[in-house]
Amino acid sequence: MTTLHITKASRWFGNVVAVNDITMDIGPGVTGLLGPNGAGKSTLIHMMSGFLAPSAGSVTLDDRPIWRHAESYREIGLVPEREGMYDYLTGGEFVLANAELHGLPDPGAAARTALETVEMTAAADRRISTYSKGMRQRVKMASALVHQPSVLLLDEPFNGMDPRQRMHLMGLLRRMGDEGRTVLFSSHILEEVEQLATHIEVIVAGRHAASGDYRRIRRLMTDRPHRYLIRSTDDRALAGALIVDPSTSGIEFDAAEGALLVQAVDFPRFTAQLPRLARDVGVRLLTVSPSDESLESVFSYLVSA
Amino acid sequence: MYNDTVARLTYRALLGRRRVLILLTLPVLLLIIAVAVRSFSGADDRAATDVLGSFALASMVPLIGVIAGTGAIAPEIDDGSIVYLLSKPLPRRTIITTKLLVAISVTIVFTTIPMLVAGYILNGNSQGIAGAFTVAAAVASIAYSAVFLLLGTVSRNAVVFGLVYALIWESLFGNLVPGARTLSIQQWALALAESTAGSGADITSDVALPAAVILLVAATGLGTWYAIRRLTVLTVAHDD
Repeated sequence: MTTLHITKASRWFGNVVAVNDITMDIGPGVTGLLGPNGAGKSTLIHMMSGFLAPSAGSVTLDDRPIWRHAESYREIGLVPEREGMYDYLTGGEFVLANAELHGLPDPGAAARTALETVEMTAAADRRISTYSKGMRQRVKMASALVHQPSVLLLDEPFNGMDPRQRMHLMGLLRRMGDEGRTVLFSSHILEEVEQLATHIEVIVAGRHAASGDYRRIRRLMTDRPHRYLIRSTDDRALAGALIVDPSTSGIEFDAAEGALLVQAVDFPRFTAQLPRLARDVGVRLLTVSPSDESLESVFSYLVSA
Repeated sequence: MYNDTVARLTYRALLGRRRVLILLTLPVLLLIIAVAVRSFSGADDRAATDVLGSFALASMVPLIGVIAGTGAIAPEIDDGSIVYLLSKPLPRRTIITTKLLVAISVTIVFTTIPMLVAGYILNGNSQGIAGAFTVAAAVASIAYSAVFLLLGTVSRNAVVFGLVYALIWESLFGNLVPGARTLSIQQWALALAESTAGSGADITSDVALPAAVILLVAATGLGTWYAIRRLTVLTVAHDD
């Protein structure tokens, strides 16, 4: 049982603050680190991997700092996001080299077990340079598992995987979590995280935005006010009908755009009522488009929540 | 101090097909020149010193040193694969010292053997010229490897800086500005060659032997020490 403690950790690069005063504990089970691209997920994972010193605060494995403590790596398995991985070796040689570098008593057996776990035994004799992205990802995974670590850190592990590989990796990570290992993976895709993680930490713009199980995060994300851009045959008549309904909290008539900007607070009711109200007042809807559905806006809502 | 696996990976990276061809180019060129000079002007001490000194020691050795020294670590830092070495319970000092030993051995093999063979072709080791330049190539290999390995941990453009040092500083500046020669691995190595060769050989260095030995040891030691420091605090490039 190993727990990662991140305590008031910040990391800045010159004037840019990548991670801003984050405190969280990552315990056994599968934790998803969710956030848009550039939110500081990689920086945080690099600090947990001992590749970056926190500029302030601390990052420890149980109570031992990770930065500059090479012994920590006996307990940490790492799946980096970058692709560089000794392409001139075969997958088997690569995993074996990792086992040897860990100083394992029987590196050959450990490498074989790890390759079996990720189902790469058949392709183990091929050079890594001939692998597909998914195969590379699985060999990286094998290299991280070769010493049976109690902590597994994965930076965007599902990038570039096809659905079958994704399912397989998810199954594997779930199993590791069930075995009592501490598994942390980062992703910018909510669906990925909620399928797999029992616990979710949300990072936005370097800050810790939310924490909890996926139901809580999902609710936070769908319960926020939604904004829509609507064009119709009679915008003012439609606006009048909409503002009376409790599903909306504000309507702006944008004359330049020739459109209505509607803020909906009760998302399910609004989507059901809009066509009905339009029909009742005899207005035809020409455009209904969500104006802030980008992931970034969902996340920035979470930060302010 | 030494890790077999790190060494194996480094050898495979350095002696991969393309790189080994680059490493072989200059030694082959040296042998061709040696054969040509010998067949045109016969065995001549003066010609031997010229070829071994101004081409082999001044250009071939530093260039091979650049390829082996930077190639032992810079590509891994560049593509991020160094992560697989760093995320192991392995002192970073061991990674550097192992890679240095590999770089030194590769540089020595690819410089001393052609140097000795070329020397024998040129004048049959008369005045001990071939032997003297072989010793110079060996010590220069050690110092170049350490300096260029350090460069590989410091800069993403290690090869460029290495070439600038080897070609512009050592060759060009060294010829134009006498002072620059004092700070030149080539001159330090020449001092050793001067003291090893027979009295009739016309090998001269601008640096006295004791100073040369001290500077060689200092450059190698400091280069290694600082490379270890660099790797200890190496932070992985952030893409965020």
